[in-house]
Order: sequence, then C-alpha cells, then structure tokens
Amino acid sequence: MNGDLNLWVEGIGIWTPGLPDWNHFIAHLDGQPAAEDAPARPGASLLPPAERRRAPDSVRLAVETATQAVAMSERDAAHLSSVFASAHGDAIIMDYMCATLADTPLDMSPTRFHNSVHNAAAGYWTIATGCHRSSNAVCASEASFGAGLLEAATLAVSENEPVLLSAFDVPGKGPLVEMLSTHVPFGCALVLSPERGTHARAALRLRLHASSQPQQPPSDPHLRRLARQNACGDALTLLEALATPRPGSTCIAAGDGLTLHIETDVPA
Amino acid sequence: MRGRIAAPVTRHEKIQPGKATLHRMPDTMPALAVSAHTATSALGRGLDAHEDALRRMRGGLAHNNFSSAPLDCWIGRVAGLEAATLPATLNEWECRNNRLAWMGLQQDRFMDAVHRAASRYGSDRIAVLLGTSTGSIASTEQGYRHLDVDGRLPAEVRRPIIHCLHSLSAFARTALELSGPCLTVSTACSSSAKVYAMATRMMQADLIDAAVVGGTDTLCDSVLFGFNSLGLVSQQACRPFDIERDGISIGEAAGFALLERAERAPDATRLAGYGESSDAHHMSTPHPEGLGAERAMRDALARAGLRPEQVDYINLHGTSTRKNDEVEAALIARLFPDTTRSSSTKGYTGHTLGAAGALEASIALLALERSLLPGNLGCDTPDPLCEGRLQQETRARNVRVALSNSFGFGGNNACLAFVRAEEAA
Repeated sequence: MNGDLNLWVEGIGIWTPGLPDWNHFIAHLDGQPAAEDAPARPGASLLPPAERRRAPDSVRLAVETATQAVAMSERDAAHLSSVFASAHGDAIIMDYMCATLADTPLDMSPTRFHNSVHNAAAGYWTIATGCHRSSNAVCASEASFGAGLLEAATLAVSENEPVLLSAFDVPGKGPLVEMLSTHVPFGCALVLSPERGTHARAALRLRLHASSQPQQPPSDPHLRRLARQNACGDALTLLEALATPRPGSTCIAAGDGLTLHIETDVPA
Repeated sequence: MRGRIAAPVTRHEKIQPGKATLHRMPDTMPALAVSAHTATSALGRGLDAHEDALRRMRGGLAHNNFSSAPLDCWIGRVAGLEAATLPATLNEWECRNNRLAWMGLQQDRFMDAVHRAASRYGSDRIAVLLGTSTGSIASTEQGYRHLDVDGRLPAEVRRPIIHCLHSLSAFARTALELSGPCLTVSTACSSSAKVYAMATRMMQADLIDAAVVGGTDTLCDSVLFGFNSLGLVSQQACRPFDIERDGISIGEAAGFALLERAERAPDATRLAGYGESSDAHHMSTPHPEGLGAERAMRDALARAGLRPEQVDYINLHGTSTRKNDEVEAALIARLFPDTTRSSSTKGYTGHTLGAAGALEASIALLALERSLLPGNLGCDTPDPLCEGRLQQETRARNVRVALSNSFGFGGNNACLAFVRAEEAA
C-alpha cells in the first residue's frame, strides 16, 4: 500500500498494575523493581469527583492515560481531536447488562446503560476537558490498538492537527470471560502531531502493508506476558521502542492480514 | 534513566477543564463519489422500498413483539430476519446483526458494485468501515438467558467472534472478500455517519482508493430496556417534532455506501462534506443550545464549500425525545432560511441507533437522486418550537443539496453533506 504517515510523538501515557505511568515504565525497562505504592485502580484525577464515582474502571483507565499523555505534550486537551480504541470497551458492564436482562430486565440501571456505550471514555473525556473537537471510539478485535493508531495517524495527517489516541482494555466478568482475551487491565495513550513542534519526543513513520507479518512481541519478559493478556497489548511493542533512544522498527497488526510497519526514531 | 522521554513531575497542570476554545473552520475538501448505496429497515429491503414508503408516508413501526419480557412500546423490525440465513461458508459469523448486514448487502446490486471496485483497485485498496452501537450483543444476551449447567454460554453462541463489536465489519470484510483497512466505529447514534469522514481521510492519505462505509444495528434487549431505564422510550409510535412527542421508538437497519474518488464516477452523487464534534456537556442529554451539533453542521458546510441557504433538505436526527427535537429545531431555525426543508424519518423506521447515520444518509441520497422531500411522519401538530422549516408532508421536489444529522450519547455529533453530481462540478 502507498501513503506513509509521518508523525511526531509529543506525549505518552500508560497504566497497568505496577506500571502506573511512563516514568515507571522506563524504570522497569531499566531493571528497577515495580512500584510498591502503585495504585490498584487508575486515578483518573482529571474527572470531577462525582464523575469519577460514576465512571467504570475502563473509563478511568482511558482517562488516566490520556491525561498523562496530554500533560507530557503540554497541549491543551480542549484543542485535541481524540480516538479511543478498545476491543471490548467495558466487558464488566456487558456482563452486568446481559445478566440483568436475563433475570430482571426492568431493573436495568440507567447509569450503567449509558456507561455501556463504546464511546463512554470519549464522552467522559470530552466533558471533563471541555473539548468540542471530534472524538471517536473504534475497535478491531485483537488489532484494536493498531487500527486505532492507523485512524489517529490518518486523522492527524489529513486534518493536519495533533490527535490524542487512547487504547485500553479491561478484564470482564462472568460467562463472557472465556470469550475475551483480556485478563489484565492495560491502557496507553499517545499525543501524535503531524508537525515537529517544541515537544516532539520521537518520530514515527507508519506504513500499512496488506500482509500478515508476525507481530513483534516486546523483548522485556514482563511486557511480553502482559501483551498476551490484553487485547490492546500490541501497543507495548511500540511503547518499548519509544523507550529506546535510537532508530528502530516494529510491526503491529492493524487487522486481519494487515500490518502497520512502524519506524521509530527517538533522539538520544 | 535511559531515553529522553520523561514525564513532567506535575502531571495535570496543563489541562484546564471547561476552557472555551476558538474554532478553526476546516478547508473545503475534494468531494467523493457515492457510487452505490443501499438501505434495509422496517420499511423493507433496498432503496425502492424506502422511496415507496417515503412517497406514500407509510411507516414501518409496529407494536413491540421482540423483547424477552413485555415492554409496552413500538419498534421498527425488519421483516424476515429470523428466517434469513448466511451462506454456509460464513456460518461462523451467524447472529442476528450479521444476518441483517448480509441481507442489506444483497440489495441494490451493492455487492456487484463492490466487486467491480475490487477488480479495479485491488481488494487491499478498499476499506471496510462500519458503525454499530451494540453489534451482535443480542447473541450474548441470548447466551446469558440459556447458560449451560456449568454456567457457560451455550455451545451455539460460544464463539468469540460474535461477542465483540468488530464482528460486524470483520464479517462484512470477509463476505465482500476485501482485504483493506477495517475498523468498527461505535460512537452510539453517530457511529455510521462518522465512517464517511474516516473514509474521506483514508483516501486523502492515499491509504485506499475506495471504501465500503455504513452500519448495522439490530433490535436487542440491551437497547430496549436500556433506553427504557432512561425514560426515553415512547409507548406510542414515535412522533418527531410533534407537540405530544414523548420518546423514541427503537428500530433496526443496515445501510451501506461505496465511496470512490469523484473522477472515477463522474455521474454519482457526491459526499461533499462532513463535520464531527463533541458536546462536552452530558453523557445522555444534548447540549441545551446544540453547540456540538452546530459545529458539526457548520464544519460539514465549510468542507463542502456551501452556504446554509444552498441547502434544500436536512434529514434531522429528530429522535422524538422532548429535548433532542427542541434543541435541533431551534438550531435549524437559527442557521437556515425557511427555503431549507427538514424532516426526521425516524417516524418511519424508528431510531436505528448505530445504523441511523447510514440509513439516513441513504434517505438523504434518495432525496437528491429521486427528487423527493421526505415528510416527517408522526408529526400531526408541530411543536411551536419546531415549526418553520419542518417538512410535514412528502413532496416531489428537485433537491440539489442535502444534509444528514446524527447525534449520539456522550455528546458525539456528525453531519454529512451530499450534493448532486452536477452541483459539484
């Protein structure tokens, strides 16, 4: 396929148990032990307290990583279009809804119903940041991160504007669990700009190939395990490359029989 | 610490919630050809059935005979969906939503148009971008109602590919034998409008030469009881913009379009513009002044290079809730002259949620291609707040420029602008 997508990474966010932000992620790759005081749930302190109470963990995860990435980019969140990618959105709410519908459908909780939309995270985020720009919520099963990255990069390049990408998946509950590939919560976020601004931290060149090249797993053993336990775990390969201060290249699935070839260049 | 990418110590200081932002209007975009499209809903299968129903103002809503427990409401159900089957080679995708998608793809020689495009461009140069709000969750619901003795989903629905939202697009891509980019959009009721914008951008970035866009949503308990829990479901057939409107009727539909660069299909109707925005207001209530909706409409006009007075017809979101219709009507009255006619077609089809963008894009395209101003079925006495630009009765009328509005939960808005080929020259 044609059409290289050239972008600059301006901000990075990450949250998973034990690795609650980018600095902890880098420390882990440097061989330091996991943070003992790491929070058990994503803080999502950007959300006002009432919203934070109402928000399911999937939303807190997406908002937490998006907040980290935007803070690193020093951009105003209200100016950023956003793409939220997740294979399953909130599988815990899906379990609640299906269980309730099977037994007492008239008892459906209205809050949990409106939280069940795939764009719940996009909704909470744009409300909390006062952002009127376009927000999207996409999925592509096990290629949800790659497909979300493709969409965010396409948006940034064709509209010539910085874009926030937040990718996340959380474990489910109940009978649905065996239909899901996510067993550990993990989310990450990137602020991507088509231009090299003062906060450009790494260069990305994306090229889409219509072929199934083997997904490159992360080289770190912990990240490799995590990548297998989360539908958006492909992102860890790219995050690992972004933590490496030299040029590199990785492959990430963008769909069935579709590969995103990504060249990274992180200034040392 | 290695690498130079380090997070600042104070993490949140740069984000200031609620700050007003200046809006930069988008540049005009090269129009795309809508070289084929199709719709299937409670009005029937294919465009002719929709045109006929719109001309006769014959609605497709009927009293609810779907939900697993009685819910006193009306629905827009697609006839014959229970008896429909997938080809044996696609059996692993079997579920109500994919059955409706397959039924929709069979109409209006749509698959022929896709296959022609695939032989012209190559199957990897055609994207499949579809919207849905609940996808195949009806199968998950069904599984939970019939768990086996071990508490597992029963064998007939124990297939991961039907328990995720992407099932729809992955199924369609397989059924259409395409191999280009494939995403599912799920931004509630704007889902299958936003895919038109995504396809435009992928073409601009030269990732693809054509795209199958659209969406499918099917009736399921999740939305019937979910919207009921919010008090948004009417007990009558929905009556958009009527003084006595009191909620939505839920429907199901499949709509698809094939988009190509304009020069490849010079006579085809054009997608001239799109606009997308966020309300930043509330998860399930529209912004009181329609701020996000206005931005989406203004951006669609700006990309199309159109002025409001050039718009002949607007297919409104018009859900028939008190709030949506009031806000949307006030916005239309503020932005457009009374030569612009507008209607909601949800009185015919019900609110088809994630499929509404695609279904109503097809209705806007029908207005252009078959010279038709669709009347607003269900509105006998227009709410005075909604009067002025509302087209109550269907009329034969030359329509050159048409918009379609789709607004979703989470304050997610999209507007599409379509023009006849000769207007785009």
